[in-house]
Amino acid sequence: MADFLLELRCEEIPARMQPKAKEDLARLFGEALAKAGLQAEAIEAFATPRRLALIAKGLPVATTAVSEETKGPKVGAPPQALEGFLRKVGLAAEQLVERDGVYFAVVEKPGRETAEVLAEAVPAIIRAFPWPKSMRWGAASLTTESLRWVRPLSGIIALLDGEVVPFEVDGIASGRTTMGHRFHHSGPVEIADAATYVETLRAAHVIVHFSERCRLIREGAEKVAAEAGLTLVADEGLVIENAGLTEWPVPLLGRFDEAFLDVPPEVIQLTARVNQKYFVCEDAQGRLANAFVCTANIDPIDASVVVDGNRKVLAARLSDARFFWEQDQKTPLAVHAEKLARITFHEKLGTVADKVERVAKLARWLCEEGIVAGDPALAEQAARLCKADLVTEMVGEFPELQGLMGGYYAAKEGLPQEVSDAIRDHYKPVGQGDDVPTAPVTVAVSLADKLDTLRSFFAIDEKPTGSKDPFALRRAALGIIRIITENGLRMGVAEGDLLDFFADRLKVQQREAGVRHDLIDAVFALGGEDDLVRLLARVHALQAFVTTEDGTNLLAGYKRAANILKKEGFAATEGAQTLSYTPEPAEKALIDALDAAAPRAAEAVEAERFADAMAALATLRAPIDRFFEEVTVNAEEAEKRSSRLALLGRFRDAVHRVADFSRIEG
Amino acid sequence: MSAALSFAPAPRDPARSFQDMILTLHDFWSANGCVILQPYDMRMGAGTFHTATTLRALGPEPWNAAFVQPCRRPTDGRYGENPNRLQHYYQYQVILKPSPSDIQELYLQSLAAIGIDPLAHDIRFVEDDWESPTLGAWGLGWEVWCDGMEVTQFTYFQQMGGFDCKPVAGELTYGLERLAMYIQGVDNVYDLAFNTAGVTYGDVFLENERQMSKWNFEVADTETLFEGFRRAEAECLRSLEAGVPIAAYEQAIEASHLFNLLQARGVISVQERASYMGRVRDLARSSCEAYAEKMTPEWQAKYPGWSLV
Repeated sequence: MADFLLELRCEEIPARMQPKAKEDLARLFGEALAKAGLQAEAIEAFATPRRLALIAKGLPVATTAVSEETKGPKVGAPPQALEGFLRKVGLAAEQLVERDGVYFAVVEKPGRETAEVLAEAVPAIIRAFPWPKSMRWGAASLTTESLRWVRPLSGIIALLDGEVVPFEVDGIASGRTTMGHRFHHSGPVEIADAATYVETLRAAHVIVHFSERCRLIREGAEKVAAEAGLTLVADEGLVIENAGLTEWPVPLLGRFDEAFLDVPPEVIQLTARVNQKYFVCEDAQGRLANAFVCTANIDPIDASVVVDGNRKVLAARLSDARFFWEQDQKTPLAVHAEKLARITFHEKLGTVADKVERVAKLARWLCEEGIVAGDPALAEQAARLCKADLVTEMVGEFPELQGLMGGYYAAKEGLPQEVSDAIRDHYKPVGQGDDVPTAPVTVAVSLADKLDTLRSFFAIDEKPTGSKDPFALRRAALGIIRIITENGLRMGVAEGDLLDFFADRLKVQQREAGVRHDLIDAVFALGGEDDLVRLLARVHALQAFVTTEDGTNLLAGYKRAANILKKEGFAATEGAQTLSYTPEPAEKALIDALDAAAPRAAEAVEAERFADAMAALATLRAPIDRFFEEVTVNAEEAEKRSSRLALLGRFRDAVHRVADFSRIEG
Repeated sequence: MSAALSFAPAPRDPARSFQDMILTLHDFWSANGCVILQPYDMRMGAGTFHTATTLRALGPEPWNAAFVQPCRRPTDGRYGENPNRLQHYYQYQVILKPSPSDIQELYLQSLAAIGIDPLAHDIRFVEDDWESPTLGAWGLGWEVWCDGMEVTQFTYFQQMGGFDCKPVAGELTYGLERLAMYIQGVDNVYDLAFNTAGVTYGDVFLENERQMSKWNFEVADTETLFEGFRRAEAECLRSLEAGVPIAAYEQAIEASHLFNLLQARGVISVQERASYMGRVRDLARSSCEAYAEKMTPEWQAKYPGWSLV
């Protein structure tokens, strides 16, 4: 068994690409081994800004010899078949082996040295490496055929049990030499073998393990915050990003001018995070503190110099943010909103101002109709202002603050809190875990905004297809579903195509809540149901029922009745019939049960007491079972036969008024 | 030679003089084989527009040059009131074709030469890819951070004028004022020492910033600018037809700057903006294309087997 070390050293790899590159390298290497019939006991990959590396432990030193057998034509098959087979396997007729009247081609493949396999496999992996973006460089790039890598590739280590596996990729020969930290170590570093790689580089100020650098950053940042009497605001995304920017991470805490704390904390946090990749801290009361934590890639001679430089950069950024914050407030939101007339929403749907106009009317209407219990005037006012922050300087700089800034500016203007809250939260819910608005004015604006988006895009036939959903209509529909169902809003949500679209989204959304999609279909199939709250109540009652024994059996009875009716081509259904003969007891029992249950079920459905409707259906279970056991539908007398079919028709229809049981699986 | 006529330059003091910092960069890149050029004598938004960068990035021939390029960004004017923003500032451009394998080390040496010790300051290469639709160009690289401040744009050109760069050039763009503010420890650009004899950046440029901001935003005659744009566009097309693509390219640069001025005057609507940008892009790209096509026979004669596409 042998251990293999591979290091691909290059200029700084973008931080965001390192985690995936590490996985890709391990995967591609494992696949290449498998193709050669080799397997390592363990493969571990590493990434730093300047290297991608891998250690494979427990590799066999050679592949095992294999004999590959290919089945050929039968002995005595036409000569063309034999010739074709010989061409395919590249053998002569006398080299074939005959067994049980069939020719076989047997090719003996001797074992190969693992080093030889690796010398072939690694260059192939390098040439085909799936970087999201790659480039050419240097003198070799005189042609476009030259090697591509994420940034210029500068060295390769390939050691099998400490011996160099020799190969060359575009002029770069494999060896055992690498470089340590860019500044803390000078000159080349020689690596003895896989076992000493990590520690040799650590001595050269490089932490090879991505996870170890993450831990150093996480714990170091928490520590410097704690030393300042503060709590670090955890941000795993920043931890990972900083781990991708450093080989020797050193978190350092700095302070910024307290005066900047007038700016909303979200703005400060975003400025620090997005532009500078700094963490922020909170004080004991949970308020944002005037502190930041940057992660240096060196142990600086004097930390205060590095911190001070970073402080200045942050100060310049925060001055810009404060300038935007103050500048934006000089203009009322209503005046900002006027500029929306200059922004195209969609070429076929007019400007953002046009959209705002539609949303404002719809939000007002939702309140006036009592669908949402909000003040119509406030809903309209909030809707008219909800997009105004899109033209503010702050949102221009940080688009992710849309809504939030509008909310702040509205509050600063002294607008009613319902209005500023609605502006702030009207994009919600954004993701699956996001809160659903519950404040009535917010609900009205949020719902109106999303409904308008869906209706407008459906009206111009811009519907999502497959994986394409450029206007995020699925997310909008999901948002509407959550707002309606979680707030219990009673309204017709849509019609036609759009209603079908909602049905699909509802099925996806409810699947996670454990609701069966066939039951949703069974209720939608009745047609005319555009009230999602009522629909779900019915579906929930149906699901509770069909999982009981009565429900399962009634479903079986329904399907049997429906099959018979279908086979007999029975379509017309009439009300209760007067029979000219004396019904059999089981027949009579079903008639009586239907007479009692059908109106009860219909009435319960009408009153939206769906559990009662199910209970009424449950009373049919025993009579229908007994009917099928004791009564011959296909009686010789035509009259009996038609009456019994009509009875089954009545049964089917009574069940059908509650849900289309033919859509239910099982 | 008599002693009275002999001259020995004073040692450079890049940490206390803006001009010494520039001269040190000149010394450094000159010692590393670059042609030290003077600025292009036209108004432009970035050093990349200099023909020594755009046009020379095309073709197979080696090319190493360094120069200061004044940059005009009319909308960044702040009437001399913002300590960090200027409508006129300097970039230091280095172009190395093909990109040498030790280009990062050379760059770091140049920082050391102007007084940045990488064990005292945190230097980082942070992903930042570059794209100029106007020039039909893109490249991969980094913004270089010094203690969190972006001091240089570092790009490996992959395409220019819509053509693959064969070979690839490395481009370094130092933001000179920022770098000097950092090295001198100054918070306001106008407080920078321009030399060691007491002249500040403000002495040289503050009044220019005040007047030029006013002109850019308030005074410039928009009809003249529109007319200038139309003329530059027409002249560019005429020059292309006449087979002088370098002259055409100059007119494209002119049109680009006039467009920027019109933007600063606020007379171009959102809808028109895209259309103007498209016109500038067409001029610049056609000029680059025409230049590359005109030069290709010469390049192929020197580099048999080389092809433009």
